[in-house]
Amino acid sequence: MKNILGISCFYHDSAAAITSGGTIVAAAQEERFTRRKHDAGFPTNAIRYCLEEAGLTLNDLDAIVFYDKPLLKFERLLETYFAFAPKGLLSFLKAMPVWLHEKLFLKKQIYDGLTDVGPYDKRKIKLLFSEHHLSHAASAFYASPYRNAAILTIDGVGEWSTASIGIGKENKISIIKELHFPHSVGLLYSAFTYFLGFRVNSGEYKLMGLAPYGHPHAPQTIGFTETIKGKLVAIKEDGSIWLDQDYFNYATGLRMVRHDKWADLFGFPPRTEGSAIEQHHCNLALAIQKVTEEIVLKMANEARKITGEQNLVMAGGVALNCVANGRLLREKIFDNIYIQPAAGDAGGALGAALAVNFMYFDEERSTDGIHDLMAGAYLGPEYSEKEISAMNRKASSVYTHFTNFNELTSFIAGRLASGDVVGWFQGRMEFGPRALGNRSILADARDPDMQKKLNLKIKYREGFRPFAPSVLAEDTTRYFDLAPASPYMLFVAPVTNNHRKELPVNYNELTYADRLYCTRSDIPSVTHLDFSARIQTVHKETNSRYWDLINAFKQQTGYSLLINTSFNVRGEPIVCTPLDAYTCFMSTDMDILVIGDYVYLKTEQPDWQNIDKWKREFTID
Amino acid sequence: MDSIKDIWLFIINRKKYWLAPVIAVLLLLGILIIFGGSSAIAPFIYTLF
Repeated sequence: MKNILGISCFYHDSAAAITSGGTIVAAAQEERFTRRKHDAGFPTNAIRYCLEEAGLTLNDLDAIVFYDKPLLKFERLLETYFAFAPKGLLSFLKAMPVWLHEKLFLKKQIYDGLTDVGPYDKRKIKLLFSEHHLSHAASAFYASPYRNAAILTIDGVGEWSTASIGIGKENKISIIKELHFPHSVGLLYSAFTYFLGFRVNSGEYKLMGLAPYGHPHAPQTIGFTETIKGKLVAIKEDGSIWLDQDYFNYATGLRMVRHDKWADLFGFPPRTEGSAIEQHHCNLALAIQKVTEEIVLKMANEARKITGEQNLVMAGGVALNCVANGRLLREKIFDNIYIQPAAGDAGGALGAALAVNFMYFDEERSTDGIHDLMAGAYLGPEYSEKEISAMNRKASSVYTHFTNFNELTSFIAGRLASGDVVGWFQGRMEFGPRALGNRSILADARDPDMQKKLNLKIKYREGFRPFAPSVLAEDTTRYFDLAPASPYMLFVAPVTNNHRKELPVNYNELTYADRLYCTRSDIPSVTHLDFSARIQTVHKETNSRYWDLINAFKQQTGYSLLINTSFNVRGEPIVCTPLDAYTCFMSTDMDILVIGDYVYLKTEQPDWQNIDKWKREFTID
Repeated sequence: MDSIKDIWLFIINRKKYWLAPVIAVLLLLGILIIFGGSSAIAPFIYTLF
């Protein structure tokens, strides 16, 4: 039984994961501990936590594995600069000191970082490096319930690869086909994220959320789509793409796109961060979303064709595009689809550890064909009653301690039904970008004003952003046209017709701001403009406490779903500790906080109206 | 030294021999930059460029 530590860091979303005998023991992102969103530093805290959870020291590990190969990445960098020279000199001069000072000597950086974690004998450490897309592929395939599957990984860029198709059989993975830098679906999507005034590497979700505000049949949207496909990207039948580098600047420059050329192409300048969103922005977001979906579908078709497999597993940042994932499901290219919930670079740490366990050490793999290895993605730290009590003393909080959990769920369900917003903190923290009911903010999806309230008064974020529902798995089809389970909130599906409401006759002529607050269904706060919803199915066997709460809500209201959004404010990493949760609760208009069996009512807390006292500074993302 | 050895092995493994002089010059410059941060070598760097 091999104990392996996987690490991802130095780019964005640092993380660590430990596997023991092919089982995932623990996984966590560094940002949750340092409270710096997308923290790229060495994941000292995450490693410390993973070791503690596994009951191991560094010397007990059979291998430590880094999630990509720095020298291969350096080769790509130099070859790219060489190919584009003399363009890119400024970028070269900025990049080289970092590489020559740190990244080229990654082994030393890792050894130095491990020193901060704890004592170790360097001679006992086996330090390995896995290729970036192999780490993604392994995170999807080995964590999946399938014995055999086609593997599709798509992201911005790893070393050279930006997308890959592979096949997984038992404990082996073979990569069959790769798409190489600078031609990248992830970077194409990020270029539009940038042009529309959102931040690269974090604003892609916002672009995806903005797309449904676009008019699908408007001549402008159709024109944008034609321009993208005619000028920026050539899409081949096998899903590979070719990006015209005359329009992009990321390969050698300090920006994603050539501003002047894009302004000429689309007829408006790049949107600046925080400025008003207009209809043409929404139309462009919709156009690139549709083009991305077309590429992903073609890649999936190719994966099916060359592997002949019936199961598909996916990872890489683009696999977090749940709208594209929803289309993949509906197109039925594969019988089953599994997507790694930590599909971004944080999941690379986990994938690297799994790859070493099964491919390097050739350990046997067993799966029951039904359950995945992610255990609901609840792989992070949890806090004992003693630690919650210590927080209560430190914060001088006022609480009610429930000894009967049914009474707690019944009380909270009643408060949710009457319009309260609840911070829900239970058990182990989620691994990956989604809060799945252990570090979540919950509210009633039937309330038509809840989207506005949550966005503006709780999360302090853009009003257009949609919210997702958590629904009891057994009741999913009552509300949504979604057959398979979606425990990780990675599939978008339509709200069923019987829940929809009739729209005004002039709906399509309304501005996006007017359409935003049009009541579209009897669960309006989780129904996006195009009647879609990003669904989390809640299963009793993976999260019984969350299931119990939604079930209690169902008993009282007849509706077995709630709004679930991550427990944080804009720019803040999802809360990790009880104190993080209490601080976030006190700094917003949240009404109730639940930590384990403790319930905190806002109006009972000392100095509760003084929100500013609790507000923390976070860089807006 | 471990890292230099790794880089050399990488170049041989990938058969990217043209990278060897490029990396050598970059490493040399890197050393100058590191020293240049706080020593009298700094002006020397400017004449190099």
